[in-house]
Amino acid sequence: MARAAIPGRLTWQLGQVLELIDEAPRCKSIVLDVSDWRGHRAGQHVDVRLTAQDGYQAQRSYSIASAPEDPELVLTVQRLEDGEVSPYLVDVLRPGDDLELRGPIGGYFVWEQALDGPLQLVAGGSGVVPFRAMLRHWTAGRRESAARLLYSSRSLREVIYRGELTRLAHGGGVDVLLALTREWPDGWEGHRGRIDRGLLERAAWPPEHRPLVYVCGPSSFVETVAQALVDVGHEPSRVRTERFGPTGA
Amino acid sequence: MAPISRGFIGRRRPVADPSLVPPGQYVTSDFPVLSAGPTPHAPRDEWSFTVDGAVQKPVSWPWNEFTALPAESVTVDIHCVTKWSKLGTRWKGVSVDTLLDGVQTGAEYMTAWSDGGYTTNLTVQDVTDGKAWVAYEFDGQPLEPEHGGPARLLVPHLYFWKSAKWVRGLTLTLDDEPGFWETYGYHNHGDPWREQRYQGD
Repeated sequence: MARAAIPGRLTWQLGQVLELIDEAPRCKSIVLDVSDWRGHRAGQHVDVRLTAQDGYQAQRSYSIASAPEDPELVLTVQRLEDGEVSPYLVDVLRPGDDLELRGPIGGYFVWEQALDGPLQLVAGGSGVVPFRAMLRHWTAGRRESAARLLYSSRSLREVIYRGELTRLAHGGGVDVLLALTREWPDGWEGHRGRIDRGLLERAAWPPEHRPLVYVCGPSSFVETVAQALVDVGHEPSRVRTERFGPTGA
Repeated sequence: MAPISRGFIGRRRPVADPSLVPPGQYVTSDFPVLSAGPTPHAPRDEWSFTVDGAVQKPVSWPWNEFTALPAESVTVDIHCVTKWSKLGTRWKGVSVDTLLDGVQTGAEYMTAWSDGGYTTNLTVQDVTDGKAWVAYEFDGQPLEPEHGGPARLLVPHLYFWKSAKWVRGLTLTLDDEPGFWETYGYHNHGDPWREQRYQGD
């Protein structure tokens, strides 16, 4: 596993909410102006801290959805019904509010243009969030290594960044394949059902091309997909995972 | 003093004893999984545990010998840097004191290393005197691969990334050599009670 430089101290900063964008049911992008943001790499996350009147605090981690070259910092948050921080971010936060955060955090689940090999992304649900940052970063740079995204969602309605992914797929140079697991619109031509070994063999970059593979989603999704990737011949050291969950990062 | 988040009340879950929960953590009854890559599946007959590095004589135990070492059952609280804590978890494993018993070394540091390439650095002091185990049972069952089986390090007084999953050995070192997450900006020591999450905390 490669090593990266150690960044300096991470202090809490305030970001002002500029805009909230509905991405899907229960899911919003929070566009933030962070005045002295130190910059980040595609795939990193931030810690968000909320403070109640009486001083009670709660912290959670959220993936950064904006690319390093984007002017504003964007987080995309899906509301967890049993959650503590995500319901506030999705339902209560509004433009003009300040949000306390620190980051960027994490240096392994990142994609940079200097990394070799084709880019293969496999997302389950809100696991697509760090991939928006990666795909924007990919689009901003060289194009000799094509990018592919396999994205599993329960229904088309719940697909996050649907418009942007459609543009990337049509003329944007990214191969996007949606797998819908529960509901399909009439005439649906994408994949029906979960991302399984067969779909990975058909639609993902094959192991002989030595893609760099990123898998992000709920824990069971990541476990299944990462195992299937190894089973079809991908080198474990070229498969990077990040797990989302009601209680995970 | 942190600024107030307008309209934030929180969903404060009743905790039997709040003094058990380090700052910035919340209690969960789940057992979330975090890992940087695919889960390794080491067959038991190819598994061994090794203590080597700056030692007079390296020592290694195959699975059957390792699990025949004196084991301890412990109930401990665990704290993940991603903010969850799980209280009263039950483990069975071999104390690191037992593994280092008879090992002659002047080293004060070590690197725990794992199948899949993961490493984490620890001081000898942080894993001796009944503070750490190499655990192979969780809640009375063999430790599942997702949670680090066949065996994982268990250092409950530090953030849980120090409790290396799929651990295969301890390499004693004369210098402190940052491990995987420590190199990616996480704190070198990782004491949850001092909220040492990231470098500089």
